[in-house]
Amino acid sequence: MNKIYRNIFITLFVAPAFLILFGVVFYPFIYNVVISFSNMNLSHIKDWHLIGFKQYVKVFTETTEPNFYGIFLKTIIWTVVNVFFHVVFGVFLALLLNQQIRGRSVYRTLLILPWAVPQYIVALTWRGMFNYEYGSINLIITKYLHLPAVEWLKSPTEAFLACILTNVWLGFPFMMVVALGALQSIPHELYEAADIDGASWYHKLRNITLPLIRPVMIPAITLGIVWTFNNLNIVWLVSNAGEPSDKTHILVSFVYKAAFNLYRYGYAAAMSMVIFFILLLFSVAFMRRARATEAAY
Amino acid sequence: MKARKIKKLSVRILTHVILLVFVVIAVYPVLQVVTISLRPTDKLLSTSLEIIPRGATLKSYVTLFTERPFLLWVSNSALVSVTVTLTGVILAAMAGYAFSRFNFIGKKSGLLSLLVTQMFPATMLLLPLYIMLIYFGLINTYFGLIVTYTATALPFCIWTMKGYYDTIPTSLEEAARIDGCNQFQAFYKIILPLAAPALVITGLFSFMTAWSEYIVAAQILQDSALWTLPLGLKSFESNMSTEWGLYGAASLVVMVPVVVLFLVLSRWLVSGLTLGSVKG
Repeated sequence: MNKIYRNIFITLFVAPAFLILFGVVFYPFIYNVVISFSNMNLSHIKDWHLIGFKQYVKVFTETTEPNFYGIFLKTIIWTVVNVFFHVVFGVFLALLLNQQIRGRSVYRTLLILPWAVPQYIVALTWRGMFNYEYGSINLIITKYLHLPAVEWLKSPTEAFLACILTNVWLGFPFMMVVALGALQSIPHELYEAADIDGASWYHKLRNITLPLIRPVMIPAITLGIVWTFNNLNIVWLVSNAGEPSDKTHILVSFVYKAAFNLYRYGYAAAMSMVIFFILLLFSVAFMRRARATEAAY
Repeated sequence: MKARKIKKLSVRILTHVILLVFVVIAVYPVLQVVTISLRPTDKLLSTSLEIIPRGATLKSYVTLFTERPFLLWVSNSALVSVTVTLTGVILAAMAGYAFSRFNFIGKKSGLLSLLVTQMFPATMLLLPLYIMLIYFGLINTYFGLIVTYTATALPFCIWTMKGYYDTIPTSLEEAARIDGCNQFQAFYKIILPLAAPALVITGLFSFMTAWSEYIVAAQILQDSALWTLPLGLKSFESNMSTEWGLYGAASLVVMVPVVVLFLVLSRWLVSGLTLGSVKG
């Protein structure tokens, strides 16, 4: 009796969530796989048929500008630069905030602000700030630094740089808060012991602080890399859908455009699969390597 | 001794200076929104860098509430966000509990697949869901939007709930069972109240997902009567020359409640996050 009751209970608790997950995550995922092997697009939305690996071949061989490899390279630059600055600024600020200083919680609260603002507002506001004539960034550059104004949104490199600046701004608080949490869990005795041994601040940082915040930072960085790689909002809204002439795309924004502006459903589905596998492979490899080096400590 | 004191003092000053520089960088864009919203209509395109513009006026706010469908967007967004929050919290509270307390077939792969969904690019679920919605004739309905948002938020919510339940000892339920509660009562009366912090985080996360989402809404809601806040705000920005002031005012009104909520709850948000990832 009790066992039957237990099983009914489990089913009742797990079933609703799994029905939903099946409907909105697993089924769409499988459906996406099917679409990626089909010729589905706007004119073949109901009478589509399977065409094998053709869409995947197209993803890797299409030579129109911009092509897969160029965008992939840009996505890597985008991810590396962003996450690098997120972590460096985040850990640096966390180290500063982890001291006994006046106004600590005020600093902390104000520094989290970029994370708290909804992303689309961040993107649209920065887009306004990058405006050539009236944007405050050019005004600051010309009035206080006496440098020539920059055409932020009209040339490919500058527009891409504008996206990166925006994303660096909104991303560092997350790493800061994670690092701060990790720093506070380091026992004080370790530093006291190091002081007795006459260790310099550099030695303490290198041999106590960094190794001890590592276990918390590695998952956070993995998550940060995945989020940044997949961050559609910022690129899409700051560059206004890849302007100028699709030169600012990263992979996700390119796929989004292929799917919803150009209606190339099969192609977009195939490219989504490619992006997903890139990320999956990366995450597994990254976590595994991190774990291996952790064991060496 | 004195040299050491001076050194200590200068390190402290330097710390404050660096922190202040970063604070200015963090706060400036937000202040920019305030500035824009206060500008008089004839000076919307101004080249001044003042924070409080000359001739500051609240006219944009008045226009926003009286002459624009802003309140309609607010109520649309509220409807969607509250539904997503309730669905997300209830489903995650139940599923998380089952994942935390019982062993069953598919438990491990279920949890793992939730983690893997975080690696899906946005279009991975959006495109098939979109095509499914076309098939079912659900474009331009909130149902499609709510389903998609719930799908986005649910994996994180389930992980957070599971992680939190794991920290609550099972002896509590056993005691309740001895006192005559059945399993459901033990969950409902004992565990759920204890899990309140995690429920708050889950709720906040679901709410923010729905309240601040532009990309999905732009595809599913094409009828402007159904627009949520992000679509409305973007429409101000699209014709920048005329509606910039309204954009600023609307952004501020939308932003303030979420930002305050977020700042208050950020401590717990991160502890939930690291709990989940470290244990995962």
